[in-house]
Amino acid sequence: MQKKFKIEVDCANCAAKIETAVKALPGVKNASVSFMAQKMLLEADDDAFDEVLKAAVQTAKKVEPDFEIEL
Amino acid sequence: MTKKQKKTLNRIVIAAVLSALLAVVLHFAPLPRLVQLILWLVPYYIIGHDVLRKAFLGIKGGEVFDENFLMAVATVGAMACGEYGEGVAVMLFYQIGELFQSYAVGKSRSSISALMDIRPDSANLEDADGSIRTVDPDDVAIGSVIVVKPGEKIPLDGTVLSGESTLNTAALTGESRPRSVRPGDEVISGCVNSDGVLRITTSKLYGESTVAKILDLVENSSLKKAPVENFITKFARYYTPAVCAAALVLAFVPPIFAGHWADWIMRALTFLVISCPCALVISIPLTFFGGIGGASRLGILVKGGNYLEALSKTGTAVFDKTGTLTQGVFKVTAVHPADGVTEADLLETAALAESFSSHPISKSLREAAPGLDARRAADAQELAGHGVKTLVDGKTVLAGNARLMDAEGIAYTAAAGAGTLVYVAREGQFIGSILISDEEKPTAKAAMQGLQAQGVRTVMLTGDSPAVAQAVAADLGMDEVHAGLLPADKVQWVETLLQQKPEKKELVFVGDGINDAPVLMRADIGIAMGALGSDAAIEAADVVLMDDDPAKISLAMRFSRRCMRIVYQNIVFALAVKALCLVLTALGITNMWWGVFADVGVMVLAVLNATRMLNVKMYR
Repeated sequence: MQKKFKIEVDCANCAAKIETAVKALPGVKNASVSFMAQKMLLEADDDAFDEVLKAAVQTAKKVEPDFEIEL
Repeated sequence: MTKKQKKTLNRIVIAAVLSALLAVVLHFAPLPRLVQLILWLVPYYIIGHDVLRKAFLGIKGGEVFDENFLMAVATVGAMACGEYGEGVAVMLFYQIGELFQSYAVGKSRSSISALMDIRPDSANLEDADGSIRTVDPDDVAIGSVIVVKPGEKIPLDGTVLSGESTLNTAALTGESRPRSVRPGDEVISGCVNSDGVLRITTSKLYGESTVAKILDLVENSSLKKAPVENFITKFARYYTPAVCAAALVLAFVPPIFAGHWADWIMRALTFLVISCPCALVISIPLTFFGGIGGASRLGILVKGGNYLEALSKTGTAVFDKTGTLTQGVFKVTAVHPADGVTEADLLETAALAESFSSHPISKSLREAAPGLDARRAADAQELAGHGVKTLVDGKTVLAGNARLMDAEGIAYTAAAGAGTLVYVAREGQFIGSILISDEEKPTAKAAMQGLQAQGVRTVMLTGDSPAVAQAVAADLGMDEVHAGLLPADKVQWVETLLQQKPEKKELVFVGDGINDAPVLMRADIGIAMGALGSDAAIEAADVVLMDDDPAKISLAMRFSRRCMRIVYQNIVFALAVKALCLVLTALGITNMWWGVFADVGVMVLAVLNATRMLNVKMYR
């Protein structure tokens, strides 16, 4: 399953770092963070999606404390 | 400016004024070092407290090499070396750069949403009792009746129930070609209603409507990143730690031999300032974002930065024929009357003879000779595979292909031409032939020339007969043509062409998107044309042309090349300035002020260069 979320990131570099960190998480098939569009795409297996999403948000907040996401 | 930006601006102004005052005061009244430090810490804290906080959080989270960390170390280091003014100034300029960047990005975002100003704000829903309520387009159910007044956007796809009007599709196609609609016509959301009031029965929910699909496509396109974008992200991951390592060496190794510890440490701190990859990391996505936004304003929807980059490398352009290069509508293109017969007589006779047939050929004949009284024709017989036999004004008329003439033993003059030939005989006498063919689109020839001028090989793949295909291809000046193909053959040919294409070149397939889905998917870049309102095409293609003008292909290529040019300009410029400043700093020629320029100055220039992509005036 692939889902897109509206997010808030302050800088382009942070967006790139969040993308790299989220991509490296177990269960994440694909991830993309666009600083310009302020969006995040997350792809994971359907049954594990919620857990993966939770982990992704946690990781993103760790990398960039100001990260916000609209779930 | 947003609230956040205003706050930053206030901090910048206060810190700048305080610093200037402090510099003047200290110039005339040299105070003890400790007092100086304490005084400088005030503007430093005002301008830099958030950077210090983020740097601290970053270290705690194991993220060492971010720009906050770099700026924190560089400025704290400068303060520790006794360069109080420099420390504050670097932080000040860094914040100015950040503010500028955030302002420029916000500006691009809003100008793109203004470019894509097709989102309807509301819908006028008509209730069963005829009263009208203004509601959110999201709340309109399928089959509801909505009222669209002149000047309003059509909020949802649907069918006109009553009213006549002209629609302006400029916001969708980039061209204002007015389209008139009447009851029964399908209308697409996003068009602007120009004159009359329309009542429309909706056929889709807002989320499924054309306008929502297009907005979704454009907004999400920046999630598909171009290879060069990913390369820069990767590059930044190695570049920053590498420069930091070099800074560490510079700070501690040379002074062991040469002394001057403070001097070398200042050089190393300058390295840290230069090592920030911001200029690249922000300007390249910004260029693609602007490029995708600008292209959509031209009626070219690109589904991702990756396709924009690929378009710039087009080496082979493969076209479907009917509906893509030609209108897909049959018309009488030549009339060859026999001796002693007038053109009008021939056309009239043929049209009357065919007046009972629903075949597209018959339709085009009737269109060529309008206003005839169908009662003049009677007793029509369809001769399957041959043509028709009809009594026209009491005389037996045969109209059909050459086989019909042969079968009836009529002597005729064979004509040549690309298309379908209709031979006509009256009372056993041949009276002439009519050529019916599909017309080329008016811009098709120029489009092929435009592509060839850019060094692109043009190929036609069509299911039509070789004679017709050859003639069209020759007239358009195409390089290659393969005719009589079934859909599966087209995929095969695309496979072959993919193998033949030069390295690092991409293959584009252009089709009308109806039967081409497998080929659109197989090509490097699938372009669907005239796809307004066709969900399947929007789904299958990588690039969607909102109108059906083949000239948009070479425009899209030129546009993508401009985008890539700006991307490479920024990469080369940023890296060259940074490399130069690194070398000169290591040699002690440039100081921290140059470091600030290499970081903030380059970023500002690269961002300004990137915003050029939003300007599409020259392509109109």
